[in-house]
Amino acid sequence: MTPARPRLNAGWLLVLPLLALVLALFLGPIVNILWLSVTDPEPGFGNYAALITSDSLTRILWTTLRICVICTAISVILGYCIAYAMVHAADGDRNRMLGLLLVSFWISVLVRTFSWLMLLGRNGLVNNGLEAIGVISQPIAFMRNELGVLIGMVHYMVPYAVLPILASMQAMDGRVVSASRSLGATGAQTFWRVYLPLTRPGVVAAALLVFIINLGFYVVPAVLGGGKVLMVAEYISVQVLITLRWGTAAMLAALLLFGVLALLFLMSRFMKLSTVFGGART
Amino acid sequence: MNPSAAARLNTALAWVLLAFLVAPALVAIPVSLTPKTFLSFPTDELSLQHYRKLFGSAEWMSSFWQSTVIALASTLLATATGTLCAIGLWRVSSRAGEVMRAVLLLPLVIPPIIAAMAFYRLFVPLGLIDSYPGLILAHTVLAAPLVLITVSASLAGFDVRLEQASRGLGASGFTTMRRVILPGIKPGVMAGAVFAFISSWDEIVVTLFLSKFSVYTLPRRMWNGIRENTDPTVAAAAVVLMVVTLVAFLIWALAARARAKGLKHG
Repeated sequence: MTPARPRLNAGWLLVLPLLALVLALFLGPIVNILWLSVTDPEPGFGNYAALITSDSLTRILWTTLRICVICTAISVILGYCIAYAMVHAADGDRNRMLGLLLVSFWISVLVRTFSWLMLLGRNGLVNNGLEAIGVISQPIAFMRNELGVLIGMVHYMVPYAVLPILASMQAMDGRVVSASRSLGATGAQTFWRVYLPLTRPGVVAAALLVFIINLGFYVVPAVLGGGKVLMVAEYISVQVLITLRWGTAAMLAALLLFGVLALLFLMSRFMKLSTVFGGART
Repeated sequence: MNPSAAARLNTALAWVLLAFLVAPALVAIPVSLTPKTFLSFPTDELSLQHYRKLFGSAEWMSSFWQSTVIALASTLLATATGTLCAIGLWRVSSRAGEVMRAVLLLPLVIPPIIAAMAFYRLFVPLGLIDSYPGLILAHTVLAAPLVLITVSASLAGFDVRLEQASRGLGASGFTTMRRVILPGIKPGVMAGAVFAFISSWDEIVVTLFLSKFSVYTLPRRMWNGIRENTDPTVAAAAVVLMVVTLVAFLIWALAARARAKGLKHG
C-alpha cells in the first residue's frame, strides 16, 4: 500500500500544467484589468464615479439590463414548454426533440446571426413573405433595434434554458402528481400548486444561467443591433480597440465580472453547477 | 379544462419551438445557392458559383487552413492538459481539489469579452497578437474546461479499485495511467476533444481581438463579410463552417450511442 502523502502530491502534479496556463494567460491578466479599473487614467474611483455622472454609461447599462431581463423571461418560459413536452413524450420522440435541441445548440452563433440577418432584413424572407400574403404593406423594422436583438438572443438562449429545467423535471418524483390528482385536484391545480413549485430550482438555475450568458453577450447585439443597440460587451470592445480608454473598459469588465460571479454563487445554491455546465455539453 | 388537451397543445407548441430553433440556422443553405451576385434567396434556379468562388479564393482557403491548424493544435493542448488535470483532481479528491476545479472552470463562465480583454492585454507586450501561438494558447485556455468536465464525468464512473489493483500488482504510476486509467476514460477524453475542437473552430469574440492581418480564421473572415453584408460567398462559408461543426457533433453522438449500446449488451 502506498502511503497517502506522495499519492496526494502526484495528483497535484497533474493539475499543474493547466493551472499554470489558466493562471498565467487568464486569471493573471484579469487581475491586471481589475487593477487598471482603479488606476487608469489616474488612481482612484473616477471610472466608477462615471457610472453616475455619464449619461451614455447609464444608458448602456440600462439597455443591457432591460434586454437581459426580457430575454431571460422569454427564454425560460419557452424552455419550460420544451422541457415539459420532452419529459412527457415517448422515448423516441424525446430523443428526436433532444437531437433538434442539441443541433441548434451546436450551430455556431455566427452562422445563426447571419441567418437572422437574411430573415429579418428589410428585404428579408419574413418581410417579403408577409408582404406577399398581404399582411403588411410596409416592411417591419426588425433590425438595428431591440426587437431584432431580442429575437436573435432568445433563439440562442432557449437550449441553455431547457437543460437545467429538464434536469429538475427528470429528478422529480412523478408519484406526487398522481397523488395530487387522486386527492381530487384538477390538472391545472396540480400543475400550478405541485408541479411548478417542485421544478422551481431548475427554473431559477435556468434563469440565472441565461441571464449570465446574456450579460456579456457580444455577437448578436453587435450584428443585429447594428450599432443602435449598444450593450456592455460591445461598448467594452469599442473602448479597448478604438478609443483606447482602458480605464472605462476595465471598470465595465469589473462590474460584469463581479455580477457574473455573484449570480453564479446564487445559482450554486439552487443547483449543483456541474449538472448545469456538465449537462449542457456532455 | 382538459389536462391532456393542454398537454397535447404544449407538445405541439414544443415541436414548433424546436423547429424555430433549428430552421433559421439553416437559412444560410438556400442563400448560398443563389445565382445572383448579392445576398438573396434563389427564386428560379440554383447555382454553385459561390462555392466555386469560396474554394477558388486564396483568402478564404487560407482562413480555412488557419482555422483548422489552430483548432487542431488547441484541441491537442486542451485535451492533454484537461485530461491530466481531471485525473489529478480525481486522485486528490479533497475539498481543496473541488475549489481548484471551480477555479479552473472559470474560463467557461467568465464572459468571452473579458477573456478577450485579458488575452489582448497580455499578448500586446509579448508580441503574440496576430500570431498562431497567441490564438492557439487563448483557445486552449477556453477549451480545456470542457475537457475537464467530460473527463471528470468519465472518471466518476471509473472503479478506483482497478487503479489500486494495478499499483498493487507492481505497475508504476505512469504504466497505470497509460494502460489502466486512460483506456477506462477514453470516451470522456474523446468527447472532450470533440467539444474542444468545436469551441475553437467556432470561436469569434476572442479572435476578433487577437487576429489582425496575417492570422485570419474562418469566423473572423465571416465576421467581416457579415458586417459588409453584400457578398453571398459568406453564406457558402457559413455552410462550410456549420457542416464541419455538425460532422464533429455527429461523430460524438454516434460514439455516445455505440457506447450506450455496448453498456447495455456488455
